[in-house]
Amino acid sequence: MAPLLEVEHLKKYFRAGGDRQLHAVDDISFTLEAGKTLGVVGESGCGKTTLGRTIVHLIEPTEGTIRFEGEDISNPSKKDLRRLRENMQIIFQDPYSSLDPRMSVSQSIMEPLLLQGKLSKAECREETLKLMKVVGLAEDYENAYPHELDGGRRQRIVVARALALKPKFIVCDEPVSALDVSIQAQILNLMLDLQEERNIAYLFVTHDLSVVKYISDDIMVMYMGHMVEKAPSGLLFENPMHPYTQALLSAIPVPSIHNRKKRIIMQGEITSPINPKPGCRFAARCRYAAPDCAQAQQLEEVERGHFVSCCRCHEIKKAQAYQTN
Amino acid sequence: MGEKILDITGLKVEYHTDGAIIYAVNGVNLSLYKGETLGLVGETGAGKTTIARSIMRILQTPPAKLCGGSINYKGQEILDLSEKEMRRIRGNKIAMIFQDPMTALNPIEKVGFQIAETIAVHNKITKAEAEKRACDMLEMVGIPMERYGEYPHQFSGGMKQRVVIAMALACNPELLLADEPTTALDVTIQAQVLEMIQNLKEKLGTSVILITHDLGVVASCCDSVAVIYGGQVVEYGNLEHIFDHPTHPYTIGLFNSLPKLDSGETRLKPIKGLMPNMKELRPGCHFCERCNDARECCKTLSPETVEISPGHIVKCHFAKKEVESWPHSLKSNI
Repeated sequence: MAPLLEVEHLKKYFRAGGDRQLHAVDDISFTLEAGKTLGVVGESGCGKTTLGRTIVHLIEPTEGTIRFEGEDISNPSKKDLRRLRENMQIIFQDPYSSLDPRMSVSQSIMEPLLLQGKLSKAECREETLKLMKVVGLAEDYENAYPHELDGGRRQRIVVARALALKPKFIVCDEPVSALDVSIQAQILNLMLDLQEERNIAYLFVTHDLSVVKYISDDIMVMYMGHMVEKAPSGLLFENPMHPYTQALLSAIPVPSIHNRKKRIIMQGEITSPINPKPGCRFAARCRYAAPDCAQAQQLEEVERGHFVSCCRCHEIKKAQAYQTN
Repeated sequence: MGEKILDITGLKVEYHTDGAIIYAVNGVNLSLYKGETLGLVGETGAGKTTIARSIMRILQTPPAKLCGGSINYKGQEILDLSEKEMRRIRGNKIAMIFQDPMTALNPIEKVGFQIAETIAVHNKITKAEAEKRACDMLEMVGIPMERYGEYPHQFSGGMKQRVVIAMALACNPELLLADEPTTALDVTIQAQVLEMIQNLKEKLGTSVILITHDLGVVASCCDSVAVIYGGQVVEYGNLEHIFDHPTHPYTIGLFNSLPKLDSGETRLKPIKGLMPNMKELRPGCHFCERCNDARECCKTLSPETVEISPGHIVKCHFAKKEVESWPHSLKSNI
């Protein structure tokens, strides 16, 4: 059986004035099985949000193919797109701006059901109340407006709205970043419960690495539009191979005072993705950069399911192993 | 421990808005020693920023209203100072790093000038000398001084935050209030900024109050921690007290809400419910509605602060008992 979602050589370039092109997403390929979660991590500006939006066609891809349940959806007609959207939904980062302030909670959740036109108004309302229960919103809030609710409850409305059409795939663009930790845990648990119940696949975009480890089956690390490493969640944290992944993981502040690790402090910041040179885009900040890094990098499967795009990763790993011994 | 430089007792701040009073800070006691870094941890609306703003005396009044308590800075009562006296301290002896570097800088002034201005206001020096020192500050935070004449929009987020830090440190303050200095930044840039604050602290001997909601940040750079909930300090102690022996149910809940990197857990244990509405002052413990161990007395009686071991203070009716009876499930999770 074909996987739920297949993305091949997906590219999204934005025009940046004149003949300058901003390479937001550059040659990304992956597959996602039903009911699984792919986490996408990277710094701001690395293209992770653009990737999510391109897949659900909020932005049209420049090049590449997207297949959903085996069907090519790279260039859907308007009619096809409507049908597709029943199966693909998106949850945005900011529950404060992704809800219409003039629509009540039930109106927001009901809108996709009404637009779909399969249910009568009474049935829609019934369904809405069911959805509110599923996401843990009390019925009393049916007629409340977003401004009356706090961030956690608003994000629950957004989740309910995304679930309304029973999608098979949801792009979650930093769904918990705007929330406090205690509320964040509530929403993450809700999303995992829903995944189990309804076999939904998530593309989970975030910059929070501890969240991504908790929720994902596979993790993809992006740097300036490129996929630099992809591996099953546990493997990536146990055995990060790309120097960028290593630095990124070492930078996470760990809430423990016993296993303090040495932080790798990267010099500089993400550089401009406008008309980038071929070769490794991380080279400018990389401690291990060598002349070879100016060549285009190949994605190599270093162990089962673990892909790395760095020509020196074996050398680096050996050197690091030598250092620790 | 060195000299005590800041002593806050019984601080109370309210916000008076249309027809409603929000009780933001309800009797906070804190003290800070020279060279120490104190972490203030808590959720949005817990009152962390209000505490910092009270120390700087930059609360907007109205709507804010200081209703009591004292803030003693090196023997001086800050709340009694005149605005003129306060201006001599603010930005000079006590400086603040604001949360959002995008809005903390003036978009129409050169970044170098914004640093030099602080220096010129507090020191009797010429313009050229102030500029020279501003350049040094830029270099210190890792920005080449050729960029003195550039505007904030030409800088990235991480660099803007470094400019804000340079501005705060320009007069070698004795007390630095850092209000979520890295929340708006990526982890890699956060690591750079935290490393820098740490280095500067060691070099200049500054005391720091670091406001954050990230326990990871606290673990990596604080000496002591105050956990704030509902405008009160619910637990206070050194790093070891808080991270190895968290005792208040809220502190334990916070740790359990965090996804951990080194365990294969499948479900988080969030704190149930939401932050209480601070529009009414409840008689009992502010956390009781969300607490799994709440009993009758929690609803009616405000808990006393108990010192369960030297320097480790907990505001909970059952703090003493918890220490004895909590090495079970909750603790093993931490």
